[in-house]
Amino acid sequence: MKAITTKVQPGPKKPKSSFWPTFLQQKYLYMMAIPFVLWAFVFSYLPLWGWTMAFQKYKPGKSFFEQKWVGFQYFRELFQDEQFFNALRNTLAMSIMGLLAGFIIPIIFAVLLNELRLQVLKRFVQTVSYLPHFVSWVVAAGIITKMLSTDNGAVNDLLLSLHIISEPIQFMAKGHLFWGIVTASDVWKETGWNTIIYLAAISGIGPELYEAAKVDGASRLQQVRNITLPGIRTTVVILLIMSIGHLISIGFEKQFLLGNNLVRDYSQTLDLYALNYGLGMGRFSFGTAINIFNSVVSVILLFVANGIFKKITKESII
Amino acid sequence: MSRKKLTAAPWSDRIFDLVVYVAITMVTIVTLYPFLNVLAISFNDSTDSIKGGITIYPRVFTLKNYETIFAYSGLMTGLKISILRTVTGTILGLISASMLAFTLSRVDFQARKFVSTFLALTMYVSGGLIPFYILIKNLEMMGTFGVYVLPSLVSAFNVFVIRSFIDGLPYALQESAKLDGANDFTIYWRIILPLTKPALATIALFLAVGQWNAWIDTYLYNGSKDTLTTLQYELMKVIQSTTTNADTFRGRNMTQVMAQISPESVKMAITIVVTVPILLVYPFLQRYFIKGMTLGSVKS
Repeated sequence: MKAITTKVQPGPKKPKSSFWPTFLQQKYLYMMAIPFVLWAFVFSYLPLWGWTMAFQKYKPGKSFFEQKWVGFQYFRELFQDEQFFNALRNTLAMSIMGLLAGFIIPIIFAVLLNELRLQVLKRFVQTVSYLPHFVSWVVAAGIITKMLSTDNGAVNDLLLSLHIISEPIQFMAKGHLFWGIVTASDVWKETGWNTIIYLAAISGIGPELYEAAKVDGASRLQQVRNITLPGIRTTVVILLIMSIGHLISIGFEKQFLLGNNLVRDYSQTLDLYALNYGLGMGRFSFGTAINIFNSVVSVILLFVANGIFKKITKESII
Repeated sequence: MSRKKLTAAPWSDRIFDLVVYVAITMVTIVTLYPFLNVLAISFNDSTDSIKGGITIYPRVFTLKNYETIFAYSGLMTGLKISILRTVTGTILGLISASMLAFTLSRVDFQARKFVSTFLALTMYVSGGLIPFYILIKNLEMMGTFGVYVLPSLVSAFNVFVIRSFIDGLPYALQESAKLDGANDFTIYWRIILPLTKPALATIALFLAVGQWNAWIDTYLYNGSKDTLTTLQYELMKVIQSTTTNADTFRGRNMTQVMAQISPESVKMAITIVVTVPILLVYPFLQRYFIKGMTLGSVKS
């Protein structure tokens, strides 16, 4: 990856004097920083204290000391629940599919865009491709549901007119299609946006490499294979490792919006499970146990990803 | 990229070009067609739409779909709250992120290391949905406007993007201001803030889009409060109501609206209303966010 190095400026000197005089001198800096330290404490760190709920029979309205401690009871319940393993399977399936598709397709698209010679066209296609990224998942889900609908949906209309199918497919009602629909929706929405970083990497490749290849009589395809792709390899590896760290934290937004009761066995992710069976039923302790499982696994994945990253680049991303 | 055209391109390169153009055209169509289709249906007579076959232009043009949805009071409230949260959230978010970024860019700041680490860790720790819900409840922020702005006020990512931008500014500017007797806050407000505009433009876009598109906070915390619903939430209700997942549907007025014109047309018209502001903004900020994206992902 082309490292963006900030020029070393003649910066301020580290203070030599003792703490208090400097503290007074920097009172405005403190006044500008402290509110946000407090903010981060409340909204990022305090929820961790809420993890105690998973070990209590939490009743809203009672104080912390009045709650009854139950140890690992809710975790035992969780690990005996079939729904939990179902949700874990769905989460892993959709995140791995999303990772692979969301990683390969933007690379292909970036390479294709880079090969467009008409700059006006390239800019137009790029602008169009960013559009879905900026609309909300609510809008995207509405559009996708419409496109896949059985009455007058574009996809069914197209397949029917090409005589590939003779009956409209009920895309949104078929459980085994759900993972694919979510992955495809993700690709539709984010591919353009995700190419930005690859295009930046490609533009960092020296034009002299292409010139030399042309002199040697390399075809355009050979140039892509031997110059462009190796040129962005580092970027690709870094992004891939980083996405391993976020593997399990896919949330529930897409699944909530695209799913329905007919496909629940395939659409329920861990977060959706916590929403439906924890929050929705007032079982706060049980839901917290699900959240803890999710958080702990994602932190472990993050450390694994960082470990691999360190081995390869001798640098840390955490 | 300046590549001179070869005098006689080999056939393999011509096929390559063909493949590139065909693929790019298909991607463009797949991206754009759904939006144009929705736009066409939103302007088409709703009984005529049921017959199907609308592509990218309306067959029987009408504004009735839009008239109907704007007559529904929930939509106007939603529009008002959505605009309000986008404006407030963006302004407060920009001030917070830039102020914090400024303090972190000062190597001489005693608490720099602590604040920086404390902030960076927020990117990795997450209590999860339910502990956060309970927190909001205990803070008595349920059913308030503040819940849209306060919990998402600062994002460590944004702070680091702005900081790396400030790091690139010459420190001499701050030094000479200090000699003129300016305090650190004045330096931030009068010198750093105006110079950081390109980075702020990127962050403003991210913040505004995030605020405009958010609906989960409304669903979780303000769903029962008619006066605080947002446009995205209203759209979510309408879309979910006609799919089988009807258990989340709470709007009574919208059912009456849908009785007059077909739910399909209502959905499409609201979708367009929700999407248009985005369309008006993002193409003009393109050069900024591309810079911000590449800078941010390298730095973090």
